[in-house]
Amino acid sequence: MKASRIGRNSAIAVIAAGALALTACGSDNATNTAQSAAPSSSVKVTGTLTGIGSSAQGAAMDVWKTNFASANQGANVQYSPDGSGAGRKAILDGSAQFAGSDAYLSDAELASSKDKCGADGALNIPVYVSPIAVAFNLPDVKELKLDAPTVAKIFRGQVAKWNDPAIAALNPDAKLPDLKVTPVNRSDDSGTTSNFTDYLAAAAPEVWTDKAAGIWPASLKGENAKGTSGVVKTVTDTPGAVTYADDSAVSGKLGIAQIKVGGSFTKISADAAAKAVDAGKPVDGRNASDLSIKLDRKTTVEGAYPIVLVSFHVVCTTYPTQATADLVKAFESYVVSDAGQKAAADAAKSAPLSKTLQDKALKSIESIKVKA
Amino acid sequence: MTTTSLTKSRGAGRAGDKVFSGATLAAGCLILAVLFGVALFLVVQAFPALVASPDKIQGGQGFFAYIWPIVVGTLIAAVIALAIATPVAIGVALFISHFAPRGLASGLGYVIDLLAAIPSVVYGAWGAAFLAKEISPLYNWLADNMGWVPLFQGPASATGKTILTAGIVLAVMVLPIITSLTREIFLQTPKLHEEAALALGATRWEMIRMAVLPFGRAGIVSAVMLGLGRALGETMAVALVLSSGALTASLIQSGNQTIAAEIALNFPEASGLKVSTLIAAGLVLFVITLGVNMIARWIITRHKEFSGAN
Repeated sequence: MKASRIGRNSAIAVIAAGALALTACGSDNATNTAQSAAPSSSVKVTGTLTGIGSSAQGAAMDVWKTNFASANQGANVQYSPDGSGAGRKAILDGSAQFAGSDAYLSDAELASSKDKCGADGALNIPVYVSPIAVAFNLPDVKELKLDAPTVAKIFRGQVAKWNDPAIAALNPDAKLPDLKVTPVNRSDDSGTTSNFTDYLAAAAPEVWTDKAAGIWPASLKGENAKGTSGVVKTVTDTPGAVTYADDSAVSGKLGIAQIKVGGSFTKISADAAAKAVDAGKPVDGRNASDLSIKLDRKTTVEGAYPIVLVSFHVVCTTYPTQATADLVKAFESYVVSDAGQKAAADAAKSAPLSKTLQDKALKSIESIKVKA
Repeated sequence: MTTTSLTKSRGAGRAGDKVFSGATLAAGCLILAVLFGVALFLVVQAFPALVASPDKIQGGQGFFAYIWPIVVGTLIAAVIALAIATPVAIGVALFISHFAPRGLASGLGYVIDLLAAIPSVVYGAWGAAFLAKEISPLYNWLADNMGWVPLFQGPASATGKTILTAGIVLAVMVLPIITSLTREIFLQTPKLHEEAALALGATRWEMIRMAVLPFGRAGIVSAVMLGLGRALGETMAVALVLSSGALTASLIQSGNQTIAAEIALNFPEASGLKVSTLIAAGLVLFVITLGVNMIARWIITRHKEFSGAN
């Protein structure tokens, strides 16, 4: 499965690179500004950009750097998916020019970023949005409606059987089997777990009494497996099992739950995820071009899907040389452009950023300067 | 006396000897230096976690509370692996050395050695994707019929990804190590001892019990200890197979965790004190392995009189 995915990714990368080259040729067409931001930037960019960070962005990063390098002769991006924490540490101590992180910089980190990034510190730019599905393996049930407290109860092991009244009340029409509920969580430290538990802690605080964390609470009994592919495989093999995983990785054999938002149930989709991100609030006390988003997990916006992972690129507001600043601007502009978001959506099945967020991101990328 | 006169008689040999003894000395020192370097690295990197305030450590109750369940988990997995692998390995080794016809023996030995060449991630994938699923009916049966034994207390894991499954996978992985070492040792049993036993009227089994096994005892112990080393440190297979969790006595429920798997699963996303905590866990594993090897040495020296070396 892994091999086929790599094969598919590289095939997409080749196609996307070809498409990008074509847009680059036609870049004098004014309507194409967003798409061709990277290739048509006024300055020719060269050099190598080093990034460290989140492995959740790994698949998207692969196509971004391939496409960017093939559109810009002499420019090159390196990314090592060592984890969000490592990425944030690297940009703070100046060993990387940008970081990929599943969380925006904390206030303390932002303050210490002024050392290397100039008086305005670092910028957090959302680049990668991925909806997290609640996927289950029930022989004859493909659709389930669940609300946050029920999901929390299921994953805390407080629901013994699938025909439990709590689930039946939400699904009056479904034929629920008398089958043991087996919740499966990630055994490794992951951004998916951290966003999922953040959702549960915010939307069902009376049931989910643990804090949001990348490591599943040790006090809970349950099954687990390593990595997204591990949990999906385990659930696929085990009738009655349920897990949370990137929507892109859930195989067709599994059912995916609709989540109650406000008064209705939302089906998982890229649009619904983007809507939930737009419903988030900017974080207080940041400078105007910073795009840190505090997701509103309790949102009641119709059609929003609040279990999403938002991953950021953390960049400096100022760089020591013009060449580096130009390179960062060109690369980040490409990443948030339609072409970049589409490439990521194809390769990693992420949800493209909304138009409003894209425009905001482009504007804050434009504010990156050379150190005075 | 004779050796010195031999080297003296050839001028070229002296330089060669010096180079060779220098090279072996360097190799010996290098091993010590590497070992010391690793130990130093572990201690330095682990230090922040050992002195950090308890609430900062994963779990919030200090390093000791964090580490002891996974130390016990590591030992459980290793004990299961050895309990299964040792008798099988000795049986296979005896079959190859004393029972099998020569053609079959060499073929079988080759196949066993091949088992050692399979990467651990393949064992892990096999355990997680195949063995766990196939073995879970057995766990259900154990829970239903032998649930009164704390080790088999139900309800059994629905996925079959338990410490017992992990132990079985580990057993398959350490089997070739123990088998090939014990086979070599059994083959070294002095023919005269064996023939004497047979001449006194011993059956084949009695001959093995009287001549082969006592002669090979120290070797068996060191083979088992080498296997134990692999079982303790095995990472990928356990990380893939085991559905980890809190320490549990039941072998057929999900739960328990080993040090190596804990490090592998959490290291990629760790930062700051978490890295120190994981390295400190590595230090603990290092100390355990060192301890196991020292015990093995001690056992071997106690039974020196049987060693094949004299």
